[in-house]
This record gives sequence, structure tokens and C-alpha cells, in this order.
Amino acid sequence: MTTLPKSTGRKLGLVIDLDICVGCHACAVACKEWNDGGSGGPLSDLAAYGADPTGVWFNRIHSYEVDGAGSGGCGGGSSGQTVYFPKSCMHCETAECVTVCPTGASYKREEDGIVLVDAETCIGCKLCSWACPYGAREYDQVDRVMKKCTLCVDRIYNDALPEIERVPACVSTCPVGARHFGDLGDPDSAVSALVEDRKGYGLMPEAGYGPVNRYLPPRARRDREQAAAVTLPADLCDDLSPDNRLLKWVDRLFSR
Amino acid sequence: MSGTSRAARTATAALSEPPADEVKTSTCYMCACRCGIKVHLKQGRIRYIEGNRDHPVNRGVLCGKGAAGIMKQYSPARLSSPLRRVGERGSGEFEAIGWDEALEIVASRLARIRAEDPRKLAFFTGRDQSQALTSWWARQFGTPNYAAHGGFCSVNMAAAGLYTLGGSFWEFGEPDWEHSRYFMMFGVAEDHASNPIKIGLGKLKGHGAKFVSVNPVRTGYSAIADEWLGIRPGSDGLFVFAIIHELLRSDRVDFAFLSRYTNAPWLVIDDPGAADHGLFARGADGEPLARDGESGALVDATTTNFSPSLVGAATLADGRRAVPAFELFARRYLDPANAPEAVAAETGLPAETIRRVAGEIAEAAFESEVVVDVPWTDWTGRRHETMIGRPVSFHAMRGISAHSNGFHTCRAIHLLQMLLGAVDAPGSFRYRPPYPQSIPPAPPPAGHRADVRPGQPLPGMPLGFIRGPEDLLIDETGKPERIDKAFSWDAPLAAHGMMHMVIANAHAGDPYPIDTLLMFMANMSWNSAMNAAATMEKLTDRDPETGEYRIPFVVYSDAFNSEMVAYADIVLPDTTYLERHDCISLLDRPISDADGAADGIRQPIVTPDRDVRPFQDVLLDLGARLGLPGLVDEAGAPLYPGGLPDYMTRHERRPGVGMLSGWRGADGKAEGRGAVNPDQLDRYKENGCFWRQELTPEKRYFRFANRDYLDHAEGMGWRDVATPITLELYSETLQKFRLAAEGHGPHQPPDDMRERIAAHFDPLPIWHQQLSDARLGKGDYPFHAITQRPMVMYHAWDSQNAWQRQILGRNRIYLHRGLGERLGIADDDWIWLTSAHGRVRAQARLMDGVNPDTVWTWNAIGKRRGTWGLSPDAPESREGFLLNHLISEFLPGTPDAKDANIDPVTGQAAWYDLKVRIEKATPEEAGTSWPQFEILPGPRGEHRAVHPSAGRRGRA
Repeated sequence: MTTLPKSTGRKLGLVIDLDICVGCHACAVACKEWNDGGSGGPLSDLAAYGADPTGVWFNRIHSYEVDGAGSGGCGGGSSGQTVYFPKSCMHCETAECVTVCPTGASYKREEDGIVLVDAETCIGCKLCSWACPYGAREYDQVDRVMKKCTLCVDRIYNDALPEIERVPACVSTCPVGARHFGDLGDPDSAVSALVEDRKGYGLMPEAGYGPVNRYLPPRARRDREQAAAVTLPADLCDDLSPDNRLLKWVDRLFSR
Repeated sequence: MSGTSRAARTATAALSEPPADEVKTSTCYMCACRCGIKVHLKQGRIRYIEGNRDHPVNRGVLCGKGAAGIMKQYSPARLSSPLRRVGERGSGEFEAIGWDEALEIVASRLARIRAEDPRKLAFFTGRDQSQALTSWWARQFGTPNYAAHGGFCSVNMAAAGLYTLGGSFWEFGEPDWEHSRYFMMFGVAEDHASNPIKIGLGKLKGHGAKFVSVNPVRTGYSAIADEWLGIRPGSDGLFVFAIIHELLRSDRVDFAFLSRYTNAPWLVIDDPGAADHGLFARGADGEPLARDGESGALVDATTTNFSPSLVGAATLADGRRAVPAFELFARRYLDPANAPEAVAAETGLPAETIRRVAGEIAEAAFESEVVVDVPWTDWTGRRHETMIGRPVSFHAMRGISAHSNGFHTCRAIHLLQMLLGAVDAPGSFRYRPPYPQSIPPAPPPAGHRADVRPGQPLPGMPLGFIRGPEDLLIDETGKPERIDKAFSWDAPLAAHGMMHMVIANAHAGDPYPIDTLLMFMANMSWNSAMNAAATMEKLTDRDPETGEYRIPFVVYSDAFNSEMVAYADIVLPDTTYLERHDCISLLDRPISDADGAADGIRQPIVTPDRDVRPFQDVLLDLGARLGLPGLVDEAGAPLYPGGLPDYMTRHERRPGVGMLSGWRGADGKAEGRGAVNPDQLDRYKENGCFWRQELTPEKRYFRFANRDYLDHAEGMGWRDVATPITLELYSETLQKFRLAAEGHGPHQPPDDMRERIAAHFDPLPIWHQQLSDARLGKGDYPFHAITQRPMVMYHAWDSQNAWQRQILGRNRIYLHRGLGERLGIADDDWIWLTSAHGRVRAQARLMDGVNPDTVWTWNAIGKRRGTWGLSPDAPESREGFLLNHLISEFLPGTPDAKDANIDPVTGQAAWYDLKVRIEKATPEEAGTSWPQFEILPGPRGEHRAVHPSAGRRGRA
């Protein structure tokens, strides 16, 4: 009901490095803070000090334990990993959240591919959130409209900010440096190179929406495979007793 | 109307709307990290807070706590005026009073105490960052009964480091993130240096270095480790011993480093039973001796141009035998009792894993040394063309600290670093200025009976570093002089004091009763106390004979309605961190990094809209009302009428050395030492509220023996001498206590403490079972119970925060899936944890990434109903819980002060020693956590967040 641009000039998006994300929520809170007072806000909170506080968050961090079910749970026996997985709008190329929109409030920008919602024309019907396979849309129960990640569109083009700050708030704040922003449609961009180098992937491509954001998978953990290479030699002494070991050091002299 | 229209399609102009009309810099206070922040204001209200790119701590990033600071500013839990108790203590019934009245009540009481017996004031501060002022204030008042919260936080890390390296993990050092090839982190470390560690881990992994996490729980930093070692809590010392064993066995030792920079070659007298057995053999002028391996002669160990023997006995001039400290060290850890096989069962780590890890460490240290192409000069004036490093680094924090064996375990890690030559070398642990300090740092604490005189200040600071039994703060019968019993035979090296014992001891009148307890930001009736319920009882208990409270008067300062507020007689409301000045001083806990010294300030961003005052201003005001020396002039007029900013600028601790190091001197060009500069704070504000002095490259490594650095440190006023610092593989200080316990010298422990002192004051690291474990029947409490720090929360402070509590508003008991199956516990079951001391009930969650014998939960999520501005049915209260209810400040068995639940060396609260058993709750018990307490009255939050953008919210 709402049409997508045939193509977009750029494909702005996020690249998130799961190898170093420690699940600290810095990105989620910085996002909340910027957008609550920004063009995509406010991001309402309900029962903020009550029994069941809930609110609008454009970026949420999920955590999973993978590949370790039932393992010994201890070093040397566990192959499992804990993975933190930040999730926000993927700014899909074929965004069905846009095409299902009955009013045209949901739209994808032709110039950079950012998917936005026009709150003035949104009727809060929630069709878009049903269409989104990533659960990335956030219904604001106070304003009764749909809200979502804007890629900080009011930061990244903001002439009032120093150029270095013209990146999404989540990228700017990430303490481990796990979040990157750029044009994923440009094969020569830094983010495209990162995706190429680290075999980055889009989430659930089989769903057919063409997510633009990319995740860099955890690197292979270097735990046991090194073992053979670095095992310490057997003792250099024939006799393993401490006395014998010490004797070998009597002449080990270093000038002060 | 709705404010969302600005997301509409999209005139370029709308996308360039200036987000702020004013930007002020300051320093974050949402945890102990102290990052630089830029606070953006629009029409006088806070629009957003972000990291300051220029700031040395965080380089522009900011964590989830820091970004949520905006919501703390609008918290409904903020106190709004001074309060006087009108109901029973603990009822939470108060009346609002004015500041003059509140301060007069407190000042008149303190004046009487000071005139009679200054010890009757116990002044303890919690999670503050103002100890340079508060400790000085206590000194001027004349009470030895002062400390901050380090005794239950990290004193084991600080003390073990300072007594071994002259620096420590904690906040006094950091890994060389740039050059390290192998990084091992022990235990929970998510709260201190939070952003520098996150920045560092990202960098380290980007370089392809290996990151090993030794932690019973695989969350947070452990989640991104290349290898997770889910060790059994409290057994880390054995693991480190086994690594040392492996390195010794396979001859992977940096002998040159040991010979030059440590006391490994120093000769130790071997004369069992003698008064100097185990002390260093010394020459006529007290100089330590070593044996020249070439000539066999005994020489001054501190001189150069000889090659000391590291093994082999020597004969002293008096015919007695002495052996190098290294030999004692090597013999102990080569013993098969410290082999990987021997420690595997206790640590829960397979022997082959330990052996492999030792091999990896050895490979990283010795096969891939780092060479930094910078010439440097050692302490003797010898020039070295390059800096050669061992790229293996370690970091440890609370997981090691909060055990009764934590001091020795931390020391063991430092000895491992020495063995590898991995101390302040490229790629290793590095000091942050003003560290390293002499070992131990000077001076010892003041507070002997003779030091405490009515109406007089103490002759020195109440906290310090004990050098031997003669420095202890005990009377002639051996009884402690301090209310917390720090620096007594109970806890001789209690460098941070023992806040966790104050209320129990004051209640018992042991060693003496006090009159007034003055506390700042210390939530002692809740998550800052072991044994929270009993602490509430002690605060409200009356003497049946007199009808008076056993702790007669409690004054409490906090910005928020924490659980402790209800237990005060007078409440002095503090401001938020965005409403005041603060001083982050090199005299306190520095924000330096390894490449430079730094300090900083906070400045008021917004004006308080309540009748509140910054606690430090209040303290200066009280001091002036009391006429304390240093706070009033000869005529009795206040010396710092402008409050803390005035004190920060004009107070001098020593001539030319004040609270802040930057822009000193009349012209504002001096650093470190220099005259008072009245414009100093303006310079700080112009520079982003911090000062940093980058060290030139030749001063950045080997600083215990680096001539240029040592001279620089003296010039800056960081040390009073420029002498080199010899790292202490062997601790003669500890041996002095052991000798005293064995019957030597004029200062000996009481007979019933001799065994404990002799056992725990070993000059080389020992490992022992957690002390409380030894008192329990075998198998009664089979599981360990510990807490972890969520990175988005910092203590109780954050539960009031509308955003943070949406991320983590309740806590579960996490246990291993296999353990759950064994006990018949499924996800979401309600279960009981029972310790020798108490019980808690909460909901279970099964997981894989946890040591199979350990249960854990998040720290300080549980809240008492009615506090922190939360509604009484908040999940923090209804389902959240504290592990504190299971932990006693005393060991199981006897509630006897000498059996405190502490590390016997430092007095560190041993709250990670906890053992529990697990049972399923009945269906009727499910649904709420236990224990629950009376609902306290207090301000309640509205159901919606109050936020700067609230004015734009049209629809409710």
C-alpha cells in the first residue's frame, strides 16, 4: 500500500561485532537518551517507578548461550559461549513494514535507505510490526503511534554537530568499539570491507526482506587448539625433586 | 500535540536542528570509573549526556550507566530537605527542618564529643570519591574512627598490590592494552575502570591477543574471552600456584628481572626459633645482603655490578645460615602439592588445562617479547637502548578480593608477574601515576591512645600503612583502639578500615561505645552490610536500662531515599552529581592512565530545585562551626566560605601540593607542586574539567627503577624521595607479624590469636580454605553463592532509574543446568538458599555458563519496599532479593569479634566465601521473594518517567 523506492542511492546501516560485544547496554541507553529528546521521540515509559516498568527502546540487547547445553560448565570441558546480540531496525531493502502501511506513514528514504515513520500520518494500526520479522518496531502506548530506529537521522546529517559526532548515538558511545556505521551499498566503504574481511552476515536473509545491517560473527575462540604447540617441555632435570631443580639454577647469574 | 512530527519527511533543515544550546563538561558519577562527560542543555534542561572525546578515562565513549545519568537527575527518590526523625528510629517518620537547625543540632553534638573524647564520633563514608577531604576532616576533628568503604570492597587488591609491587590492580594500574599478547582476568571486574577495560578488551581482541577469563560465571567480559575457566570460587590461589609450579619446573623464569628489580636474591636468615628468623640478613648499616655468585662474597643487595645468587645457602658473619628469598619461593611452589594434578579437584580445572595455560603464558612471555624502541635510564644511571617487555598481563578485582584468602591470592598473582618479568614492562601490567609508591607507602595510620586528645587534631591521617607490629593501633593489653578494629591483631594491614564492622561493634560497645555515627552514602541497613536484617536491629536496639539507643545518634547524608535514611536521626540531603563541584584528586583515587597523570573536577550543570546542599560543603561548614584547625582562621572565621570549590583551590596539604595538580602557581603554569592559583577551576572548566600530564616515552615503563620517572615523581610531589622501589617477592613485613606471634619482640598478639597470626602472616603466599567453610559441617552447605556486577547497573543507586530498571529490575538465582536436573529444579521454580546464617527465597534460572557447584545472582538489585521512590510492589522488592541476608559479619559458631568474617591479614569482608544449600519452595511460597520487611514511607515515583522531553508529551 506504500511503495518502496526502486533503489536507494546509499544503503546506510550498522555493522555490529559480536566477537567483542560484552552486553553492557551502552548502545541501548544512549539510543534511548538521544531519541527520547530527538526527532524520533519521545520514547515513552510506562510505570517507570511501578510494578511493571515498560518503555519504548529502539535498540534491545538479547543474550544467548550457544553450543554448550549440558556441558560441564567449566573450563576445559565447555564448548559453549555466551553471546550478546543487540537488535534494532535492519533498514531492509524490501521492507515489508513499509509496503503494508495503509497511510504511507512508514517509508524508506530514497537517498540513503533509512526506514522512518511519519508520526503525523501513522494511525497506530500495528500492521508494520506484524510484518517485521525482527521485532524491531516499537509501539508507543502514550502517543499511540509506531516508532523505530531512525539511524539517528537527526544526528548523521546534523550540521550543528562536529563531523566526528555525525554517527548514530549507539555507534558513538560503544565502549568496546563493536558498532560501526556506514554505506553498505558502497563496496569500497570501511564497513563493507569489514563485512568482507570478517564474513559478516545479515540476520535471517531467508525471510527475504534484504536486511542492510550486518553482524560480524564471534571469531573462533582460541582455547584448546593451541595446546599441542605450547605444552611446556618435560622437566629439564632427570630428577624432578625441588632440590635437583634448584641445583640447576646455582650458576644462573645475572648482573644487577 | 505530539512531538513526533519532526521525524516527518524530511526537510534537511529539520535534520540539522541544533540538539543543544549549551554544552558543559563534567565528570560522570554513575560508577567508580569517572569518565569525562559532555552535558548538552536545551533551554536550561538536560537534553543528553555523552562521553567527552578528549577525556583520558573514556575517550568519548560512555556506558549504559553514564547515559542513564539524566534519569537520576529527575529521580523521584531525591531527598528534598533536611530531616529530623520524629517517629521511632527505623520507622521512616521525619519532619522537614531548615539547614541552620540541622547543622546546629549536629555541630553542638559534635562539639561536645570533640571536647570530651573525639573517638566517640565514628565517621564512615560509602561510595564517595572525596576521601582526600573526608579523611583530612576526620583528622582535624581528632577521631581515628574514620574510613571509607574499601574494607568490604577492594582492600585485598589494594593492600596485596601495595605491599608487593607498590601499585595494584584496582585503580592503580592497568594492562598494557596496546602490547599485551595474553591477558588473564580474574573474577568480577565490571565496576571499577569500567570503560577503560571495555575499550581495552576491544583493542586487545582486535590485535589478536588471547583473553582468558577466570570466573565461575560466563557473563559480561567472560562472554568474549577466548577461553573461559569456570573456576570454583576462592580457589584461584591454587590455580596460580600451579602455574608458578609449571614455570619453575620447566625453567621459564625471568631471572634477570628477579635479580635486578625484586628482593628475590636477598638473603633470609634461616635460624628457626631466633627472633630474626625469616627476616633479611642485614649488614652493619641495615642494608640487606645478597651473595655475589662470582666471588661468593656477601654484598649490599641494593648495590649494582655484581651477580647475585638466587639459590644456594650462604654463611653469615655470625656463622648462621641464610638463603636467598627466591630459593624459599622456588621450594614452596615446586612442591608436588602445588602441581596441576594436586590442585585440579579443588579448583575444578583439569590438570591438563592448567598445564596448557601455563605453557601459553610462558610462550607469550618468553617467545614473543615486545621491544619498544625507546632508550631509558635505570636507577643507577645505566642507559638501555630499548624497552624489552613480556606481553603477558593480568587483572583481578572483587572475585579475588572478597574472600578470606584474597590477600594472599592477589599476592600470588603479583609474584607470578614478577616471575615472568611482567611488571610495568611493555605488554604487561602497568602502573598509573602516582604509582608506584614505596613498599609499603608511607605513613602509618594515626590513632594510638596518645594521638587522640580532646579538642585536638590527630597527628596524622587515620588510614595508612602498617610496617610491623609496633605500628598497630592497640592498647597495652592488645585491645583495638579503633571502633572497627582496623590495624589491630584482628586485621593488621586494614589499609582501608573496616566499615562493615562499625555498626556491630558500636552496638556491642566493643571495644568501647560511641556517641555519634556520621555516614555518607553508605547503605548500611541494606546492600552495603553483611547481615542486613541484624544491622537494622542493631541500629534500632535500645539499652533496656537507660532506654536509649545503643548507638545514640545517627547522622546520614545521601542524595536519595535509600534504605539507610530511615535509620538516621538527622538526614542531610546531598545534591546529585550534576548539581555540584567535586574533586577527583591525585591525593585520593586518581584517574591517571599508564601513560599520564590526571585529575579532574565536577562542576554544577544545573541548579538544585530542592533544599539540598553538597555533602562536602556541609562538611566544611560543620568543620568551621566546630572551629577545626585548618578550617577557621585565628579569629575563628571560616577559611573556606566558598565551600568545596574554595577548598579545592586554596587548601594546601603540603607547601605547594593541593587537591588539584593542574594549572598551579601564580601564572597557572606549574604542575604538581606550585602556589595556589585562584583561577585554577576556570582553567579546569576550559579544559573539559580534567588535567592530564602525558609522560614522555622514556618514563613509561619500569618505573620502579626508571631514573627519569623516579626523579619526575619526586618533582611532582607524588613521592618524597626518588629512590628505586624493590618489588617484594618475599614480604618481610608479614614475617615480622609471624615472629611476634611466635613470641618475639615487645608487641605480641594475645595468646588466643597467636595461631591465627602465625598461620596467615606467611612471607610467601599461602592458600587456605575459606575460613567460614572450615567451621561448617562437611556437606551441610555444598554450594558456593556469589554475586556478579551487571554492566548496566552500579549498586543500589540505579534501581531508582527509570531506564536502568527496565533493563534489570529483578534478579534470579542462576544455577547450572546439570545441578538443576540433579536437584529437580526447573526454570522459574521458586527456591530457597540456606546458609549457616539465614535464608532467602527467589526464582531460579538455569544456565550452562556457570561453575557446576556455584549459584549466583546480580548484585544489589533487591530493594526494600517503600524506598528509592519505587512503588511498594516494584519487582525489585517483590521478586528481587539480596544475597546479603545469607552472610554474617561473624564466622559461624561464635559471635565473637575476633572471629569476624574477614581476611585475617587486611580485614576485607569475606562475602564471597558464602556457602549454601538449595531446596525447592512450596507452591504456596512461590511468587514473592523472602525476606520481606515493613514498607517504609517515603516519596513515590509517578508512573511515568519525568524527563526533559516531558513537556512535549501531550497525551498521558
